[in-house]
Amino acid sequence: MATISLHEADAAVGKRKNYLNQTTTIRSWLFTLDHKRIGLMYLAAGLTLFFIGGMLAEVIRTQLLVPTGLIFHGTGTIQSSYAAYKHYNQVFTLHGIIMVFMVLVPMIPGALGNFALPLMLGAKDVAFPRLNLLSFWLYISGAVLAVISTIMGAVDTGWTFYTPYSIDTSTYVVLMVSGIFLLGFSSIFTGLNFIVTIHKLRPFGMTWFRMPLFLWATYATAVIQVAATPVLGVTLLLLIVERVMGIGIFNPALGGNPVLFQHFFWFYSHPAVYIMILPAMGIISEIVPTFSRKHIFGYEFVAFSSLAIALIGFMVWGHHLFVNGQSAELDAIFSFLTFLVAVPSAVKVWNWLATMYKGAIKLDTPMLYALSFIILFTIGGLTGVVLGALAEDVVLHDTYFVVGHFHYVMFGGTIIAMLGGIHYWWPKMFGKMYNEFWARTACILLFIGVNLTFFPQLMVGAYGMPRRYASYLPKYQPYMVASTIGAYVQLVAFLIMASYLLHSLFRGKKAPVNPWGSGSLEWTTSSPPPTDNFDTIPVIGDHYDPYDYSHLQFDPAIGGYVHTEEHVGPHHVYHR
Amino acid sequence: MSETISPAAMPGVDQAVVRKHLAHHFDTPQQQFDSGKLGMWLFLTTELLLFSGLFCAYAVYRALHPEIFQFASQYLDPTSGLINTIVLLTSGLTMALAVRFAQTGKRTPLSICLVLTMLCGLTFIAIHADEYFEKYQQKLLWGTNYAPKIVQPAVKAAAGSPGTWSSLNRLAARGYISSHSTIAPASIGPAGVAAAHAAAPTVPLIPQPHNVQIFFGIYFLMTGLHSIHVIIGVILMGWLLVRNIRGDFGPNYYNPVDFVGLYWGIVDMVWMFLFPLLYLIR
Repeated sequence: MATISLHEADAAVGKRKNYLNQTTTIRSWLFTLDHKRIGLMYLAAGLTLFFIGGMLAEVIRTQLLVPTGLIFHGTGTIQSSYAAYKHYNQVFTLHGIIMVFMVLVPMIPGALGNFALPLMLGAKDVAFPRLNLLSFWLYISGAVLAVISTIMGAVDTGWTFYTPYSIDTSTYVVLMVSGIFLLGFSSIFTGLNFIVTIHKLRPFGMTWFRMPLFLWATYATAVIQVAATPVLGVTLLLLIVERVMGIGIFNPALGGNPVLFQHFFWFYSHPAVYIMILPAMGIISEIVPTFSRKHIFGYEFVAFSSLAIALIGFMVWGHHLFVNGQSAELDAIFSFLTFLVAVPSAVKVWNWLATMYKGAIKLDTPMLYALSFIILFTIGGLTGVVLGALAEDVVLHDTYFVVGHFHYVMFGGTIIAMLGGIHYWWPKMFGKMYNEFWARTACILLFIGVNLTFFPQLMVGAYGMPRRYASYLPKYQPYMVASTIGAYVQLVAFLIMASYLLHSLFRGKKAPVNPWGSGSLEWTTSSPPPTDNFDTIPVIGDHYDPYDYSHLQFDPAIGGYVHTEEHVGPHHVYHR
Repeated sequence: MSETISPAAMPGVDQAVVRKHLAHHFDTPQQQFDSGKLGMWLFLTTELLLFSGLFCAYAVYRALHPEIFQFASQYLDPTSGLINTIVLLTSGLTMALAVRFAQTGKRTPLSICLVLTMLCGLTFIAIHADEYFEKYQQKLLWGTNYAPKIVQPAVKAAAGSPGTWSSLNRLAARGYISSHSTIAPASIGPAGVAAAHAAAPTVPLIPQPHNVQIFFGIYFLMTGLHSIHVIIGVILMGWLLVRNIRGDFGPNYYNPVDFVGLYWGIVDMVWMFLFPLLYLIR
């Protein structure tokens, strides 16, 4: 027993049942209560929707290759142009709705959070597994309703559904909004589940300040999901009754107030961008120390900055209404609070940089994504501060500068971090490694593509090009063409990514228990984990620290890290 | 983490009951109960926030247009609102008793209390439905549907009325004063007393402000959403009743009764705000 070789141990682990092959029927997947399977289903559904949303983005970029529009353009008369451009409106609306409500908001908590949260916590499952499954199916139902609405008459309001146009348009707003209503409930239930899980299912010894920072970020996210999403729910409900019954709350023709809709909408939708970015920051807080082989710098600051962002994020929605007749006093307050929210965000960035400082940095794929994130998020964040300044916002409002800023934060931030997280947890999810060379190539290509796409948008926006236009002045063409080329580069990067990830699923090298040398609990169980996550309930010792790498040593024989000192880690760690 | 001793470890506790209701990912029934309770409180928070959007709309419109609320609220009947308040408060008591009986394992009283709570809920809905129907008949509705018409012939009480505009208008709304509408439909034109009635020429009637339909929109939305919650509560209690008759609940396991009790508390509480905000303002 004592002399069992590592390869034999590996082989023995490989034959054990894990959560992927425990049961194999389709039913056992569709109605599973296992958080890991639900996470994978979120991943599959979310990536599918991400593909659809991405292809719509390619349509948008292709349209904008020439000033009059390459795909949707009239036959010369103004009427024909309007009819054609309506389709462009539908395309960018769908792109926005899919990406915001079906990818950015639910993907990291739904897919990565569901998979990793109980594992990192040392729990067997989330607190309410059935609610978790319901949450997933609400997500699917919402997406299906959106598809039906798109087939019947795709919405052309923009993803913000501003009244009164969303009341007047002949497209199927009610169906689409009902779908998003369901997506909202899915999000609420996920957040509720995570809050209760973190409060009540921490195993003995897992104190708040021993939790990996991804859990802090997910917790802060869950607070926003629970506290902001109901307001979206009631706003959408009001929009539905507005269209179905003509209730008049938002309709100026009936004495209603359309600006109230904007307040309600942004009261959710601004905190919602923190639902999107906070878990992304949590992923980066895991990747950076792991690949720097160095303890996270300022753990408490990173943890509390998540909560600070969540808190302040609730009080900045008015910066979307600077030009909508808000009083100057309110404008000033919202502008100040907008600047304020940049502080905890910057705290995080500095902490990541300080973590890397004098670390032994390994440029594996997840780390490349983390570095991309830090650069792109910083650009996105700083342009956000620019937009938060009152006078500048009057000039830049509704220009491509806003589009560029938002995509730097959301694509350069959330999506890049999500991809980093997928690459980081991929070995744990599927027990397979991917091709490192192609993964790095795709990441670098994507980084180039993102900048090429969105930096020209910042410039052309500053030069005055409005957003959401299907055609534009010829002087903007060079920027638009550069942006489109960038979008094509991204497409190539994603195709490469899809190829090597699929290849890894079927032909990938077997993943060791701890390929990156991380100290958190999910890397102490087998890859992929058993259905109950851990063979014995983890007992967290007094010296447990998820960012202590001193006891982890690389073992070339298994291509992963092993524990060298027993007393530091959790008791049941694999001694292989 | 809860440090409470698990009932499983206590003597005299039916181990089979504990095992039957303990989900695999919880260590102790206490942990399961605490988790459920925290989850329920969080859910109720989201419920409050759902209503808060409507309360916010109410506050905004009332601050901007107090005259609409002053004018329109007199068409709501405080008496039926008060009866509904009493009915709901009673149901809150029976529900709290139900939770207590579940904890002490008294099956029959639990069933009785659940039935009583359901009856109260249904009474509330019935009274409300009657109110809605009355509003529908009088066309005191939202948006373009707002077109109150008073068709009954006049005269009964006008002469002896106390002479305040509000009581007069209420009488008018019930059809006691005027033989024709004193209220021009908002969609038709600038409001005001269409034609002062001969029976009460000296009493200055408050002119109808613009956009009274907004009040009725908010009224129907808030009470409607609340009534949906009452109906859901009644359905949940039916489910509890079935489970109780089946013998699911006892001192070791009463979680669902407790959680539905919390839910019912929130439903009560929302009404406690709706009633004064809609019915009692002047």
